[in-house]
Amino acid sequence: MSGATPTRTPAPAWLRPATLADALAARAAHPDWLVVAGGTDVMVGSTRRPEPPGVLDLFGLAELSAITEGPDGLCVGAGATYAALLRHPTVRDRFPCLHEAAREVGALQIQARGTLGGNVQTSSPVGDTLPPLLALDAEVEVASAARGPRRVPYAAWITSYRKTALATDELLVAVHLPWPAPGTRQRWRKVGTRKAQAISKVMLAATARLEGDGPGRPGTIAHARVALGAVADRPVRLPTVEALLVGASPDPALAERVREAVRAAITPITDVRSTADYRREVAANLVARFVLDLAAPALPGADPGAGGAP
Amino acid sequence: MKVSLVVNGAPREVEGGPLRRLLDVLREDLALTGTKEGCGEGECGACTVLIDGEPVNSCLVPLAQAAGREVRTVEALASGELLTDLQEALVRCGGTQCGICTPGIAVCATAALAREPGADRLRLRELLAGNLCRCTGYQLVIDAVAEVVARRADATDAGAAPPLPARTAPTAPGQAGPGVGSRGAAP
Repeated sequence: MSGATPTRTPAPAWLRPATLADALAARAAHPDWLVVAGGTDVMVGSTRRPEPPGVLDLFGLAELSAITEGPDGLCVGAGATYAALLRHPTVRDRFPCLHEAAREVGALQIQARGTLGGNVQTSSPVGDTLPPLLALDAEVEVASAARGPRRVPYAAWITSYRKTALATDELLVAVHLPWPAPGTRQRWRKVGTRKAQAISKVMLAATARLEGDGPGRPGTIAHARVALGAVADRPVRLPTVEALLVGASPDPALAERVREAVRAAITPITDVRSTADYRREVAANLVARFVLDLAAPALPGADPGAGGAP
Repeated sequence: MKVSLVVNGAPREVEGGPLRRLLDVLREDLALTGTKEGCGEGECGACTVLIDGEPVNSCLVPLAQAAGREVRTVEALASGELLTDLQEALVRCGGTQCGICTPGIAVCATAALAREPGADRLRLRELLAGNLCRCTGYQLVIDAVAEVVARRADATDAGAAPPLPARTAPTAPGQAGPGVGSRGAAP
């Protein structure tokens, strides 16, 4: 693009639908329009790109903003901001790894406007809330005017680098999070150059549930999910590592086997933010530490579903 | 498109494409140059303004999404040349070096203190994490904001109004606007 002399084209049309039905109709009529919510991704570099023919503004659309509890789990509207996630006590108590990711995705300015749906649709390999969605077995709900709603397991949502299963006449409606089984421990770790407001070098989201554990007895791992970010072209689950964990007892020997398995399972790249070697070693350490910490009793008074160290 | 919004208490009408950055509208159309552009990517917080009281990066806000909103910029914090206690503390503690990040910090800290008046130093660091200072003067910034927390708490404990700024500060270009509309010297 010749950024110095932008072609004078008419300003884009702008539509701010009041209902989801109106939004879906507009999406079907204008598949080439830019869909914007909080703008924290799509506005970056906006002055250096040609303008789209139109803009579909979904920010604040009530039907997309709600966080609601159901019998099977929590439904987070695609337009719910990180600030809304952080304010929600159920997210904090039952989905602490998502709560912590929302807390670290950016500071107040980004949290006020960035949305979970935006992170899910931008689908960056370094999207902070995305490994938690893998670890929590999330499903993405999309809808179109012609075919109504459908659900896609988050594990199948990303089709290639920054590409998702969203069709050109569909909008992202919600993310569904099944209730974790009581006693499930969760872990979120983000490693960046700086504690706050940094783009991640490596992220870990993991969950595990133990059976037969008690004082002095770690028990065995009955369920495990291990997901990493920033080590591939998309957030990834590590099935080989999960298979090692299930049925095993969390101890230093298992942690060492897991460390090796993580190293073997990922092929991160070297880029401006980190090196492949660093990412591989940090990822291995993060997962091994999670396993070692499982051997310690859950924090007293922790709510069911919570329990990972903050 | 024509967009009506309230800026620093005054109704304004501005024109531009819907994706025009609020930052550019404030600086170029409304001559409110106290709001700075740092990175232009939502990383540094130099362009922080308040929309309906919430701190946002104005470089990431499309003009159309500011329609009907109340926008407050750094120019509206002081009353003319009378700085708020927070601005005064930033001056006194040396919480400003080259100054590019200072307006964003003043705006974000104003909102943060309104929301969490009892924030401790660690929490203040988290609340201001979206404002980068390339001079790396964070320590003195946190000193200044923590001092305001303490002074306001003292004033509340004593049942009195918080002490007003003791003096008027020298005006810096873009920092002492006409002081239109809502005041920042709360509580």
